[in-house]
Amino acid sequence: MKSSVIIFPGSNCDRDMDVALKKFGFENQMVWHNDAEIPKSDLIVLPGGFSYGDYLRCGSIAGKSRIIKSVVDFAKSGGLVLGICNGFQILTETGLLPGILQQNKYLNFICKNVFVKIKNKENKYFKNIKKEILELHIAHNEGNYFCSKDELNSIEDNEQIAVTYCDDKGNDDEYNNPNGAIKNIAGIFNKDKNILGMMPHPERMIDPFLSGEDGSLFFENLIGNV
Amino acid sequence: MNVKVIVTLKNGVLDPQGKAIQQTLNGMTFDNVSEVRQGKFFDIEVNESDENKAKSQVEEMCKKLLANLVIEDYKIL
Repeated sequence: MKSSVIIFPGSNCDRDMDVALKKFGFENQMVWHNDAEIPKSDLIVLPGGFSYGDYLRCGSIAGKSRIIKSVVDFAKSGGLVLGICNGFQILTETGLLPGILQQNKYLNFICKNVFVKIKNKENKYFKNIKKEILELHIAHNEGNYFCSKDELNSIEDNEQIAVTYCDDKGNDDEYNNPNGAIKNIAGIFNKDKNILGMMPHPERMIDPFLSGEDGSLFFENLIGNV
Repeated sequence: MNVKVIVTLKNGVLDPQGKAIQQTLNGMTFDNVSEVRQGKFFDIEVNESDENKAKSQVEEMCKKLLANLVIEDYKIL
């Protein structure tokens, strides 16, 4: 299985993602943002970081970079595209996912472990994960998911909510909302569920000694379904 | 042709920075400030002498890059 991680100026989770993908069996290649074409891939990953220094709006400049056209073509043809953190912000800025990630409600940069509840397993990203709640890591200043009421209705009707922030029991209420995201949304799909954007970093939870292994469950499942 | 643009958050969209600025102003001597909305200002030089053409180009720029219409409005001055 081939994967491609795109590197933008300011990406900083690209190598962690490379390590994670390779650990679980992907043949990963790194692709520079100014390339015109993406080499043949089964999965494209937009990594976390601060592409273009978060200038203008997070992900807005990266969303117009040269490589993006082929990412959009790949996504529209049904290819799997995963955006983590800044990658999620880029996906909303390109219009591949609805809504936007705003500044955190309390203006703080949040860096901590959180629990997220899997809301939809009818897709390649979460299909065979046995757990309902995963412990993952977040590190962001703009993770406060927002969209219009109409968009939210459409997202809910199409079961596009992927994961929500919750406690270890799965309560995804306002007490377990770190950043003010509407409906505690931590990650969403497009309608066809081939594109996933999420703020938590599964690539930071793949080592039993350093972190935890709920990220391993994510990648093990993914390689099994690609 | 010089075109100036202001981008602000739409009414109803939470503006935590504006809120923090307002509270700080209230804590200084400006206790009659009831709301602050923070925005962005763009000063754009377009190599185009026709004002209408330049402005319609800038409008396209606003829609495609300068503003995110999910949460922001733009105003060409």
